[in-house]
Amino acid sequence: MLNVGKIEEGFVLDHIQAGKSLSIYKHLGLDKLDCTVAIIKNARSAKMEKKDILKVECDINTLNLDILSFIDHNITVNVIKNSEIVQKLPLSLPKEIKNVIRCKNPRCITSIEQELPHIFVLTDEKKEIYRCKYCEEKYGNTGF
Amino acid sequence: MRHLMSPLDFSTGELDNLFSLAEDIERHPEKYAHACEGKKLATCFYEPSTRTRLSFEAAMLNLGGKVLGFSDANSSSAAKGESVSDTIRVISCFADICAMRHPKEGAPMVAASHSSIPVINAGDGGHQHPTQTLTDLLTIRAIKGRLDSFTIGLCGDLKFGRTVHSLINALVRYDNINFVFISPDELTIPEYIIETLRERGIPFREIRKLEEVMPELDILYMTRVQKERFFNEEDYVRLKDYYILNKEKMQLAKEDMIVLHPLPRVNEISVEVDDDPRAVYFRQVQYGVYVRMALLLTLLEIRIP
Repeated sequence: MLNVGKIEEGFVLDHIQAGKSLSIYKHLGLDKLDCTVAIIKNARSAKMEKKDILKVECDINTLNLDILSFIDHNITVNVIKNSEIVQKLPLSLPKEIKNVIRCKNPRCITSIEQELPHIFVLTDEKKEIYRCKYCEEKYGNTGF
Repeated sequence: MRHLMSPLDFSTGELDNLFSLAEDIERHPEKYAHACEGKKLATCFYEPSTRTRLSFEAAMLNLGGKVLGFSDANSSSAAKGESVSDTIRVISCFADICAMRHPKEGAPMVAASHSSIPVINAGDGGHQHPTQTLTDLLTIRAIKGRLDSFTIGLCGDLKFGRTVHSLINALVRYDNINFVFISPDELTIPEYIIETLRERGIPFREIRKLEEVMPELDILYMTRVQKERFFNEEDYVRLKDYYILNKEKMQLAKEDMIVLHPLPRVNEISVEVDDDPRAVYFRQVQYGVYVRMALLLTLLEIRIP
């Protein structure tokens, strides 16, 4: 089995659905960070059989938890200090997400006014449904 | 400061107050003739809608106020590329309240979030048209004396009909309402509305022929079945008569049943029905003015003792 060493300070995103780590890497903008990032694919997991893991050696404040929660709120976020887990951050679906996804309704005001932020509001927590704040169009399959 | 974006912005209690005010306006119009003196309504219509605009303007004029505005995007600075948020900031300097119609969904909400005056959504694309729903509710309440405990038939294009969806969403908040949806297969009520009704345990039925339910209805809400919604001409010709209200069908109805229609009508209600006292669609237009008067007073926070 492949071993990736501990990180000194940063965060580990665990229990990522197998195969999704690259997509999360992109959406969190980790490609823009000038720090060590380890992408582990298809790691063995008792809970999930297979999972992905991301290890990022930088300040936890660079992580947009809202985006991460929206993508998959079952991911575990471990905060690492001195190579130890010092905190596990709970993820819950954000009530509102801004400029993460775009409204695709061609009749929406955001389709003609480019400077408007694309805001989606959680309208049904149980069914995990987000709707555009302006036109109430339901956000379809995330594709994350 | 409050705006009106959706008919659900007001609680049923607040709607009761609004409708009581509208009914008082109907009974004592003279009491309100100067209520908005010195106030100005801006009607910002980015697409033509003569009926709604004139109804708003009539409402403000009846209250002694004044009106200004534009009636299509080409005669506004939108044609020069001005954003809705900039336009409303400017309009806020000219008027005390604004009614906005826009072809893009959510535009009035953008306006409201940048406005220093109340904004009323006068229709945004296929999204919301709250004052039409308030008009429908007031008409029912004023004529039937209640907004609960009745069987309402909604007939015609139930798939694309914005007014129908909005009315159903408003009526589900009242008790003991039984819905009957009368439409061709091609134009049935959307699944998400059916789901809402099921979740709330609200009784409803879907049928294909209007005659079948006429004797049961307390209210019949008619909408237009547009030819272009059908896949072929043959289906349209075969089905359209099921959804045309005429004297024969009216004979099957209760004596106190009422017929509503958001207008404009084309041929879905035969003109011979117009003289029937149960045909209230032109009175409905009048109630539209009363409810807009009540709305202007409410949002401008003007109270007449």
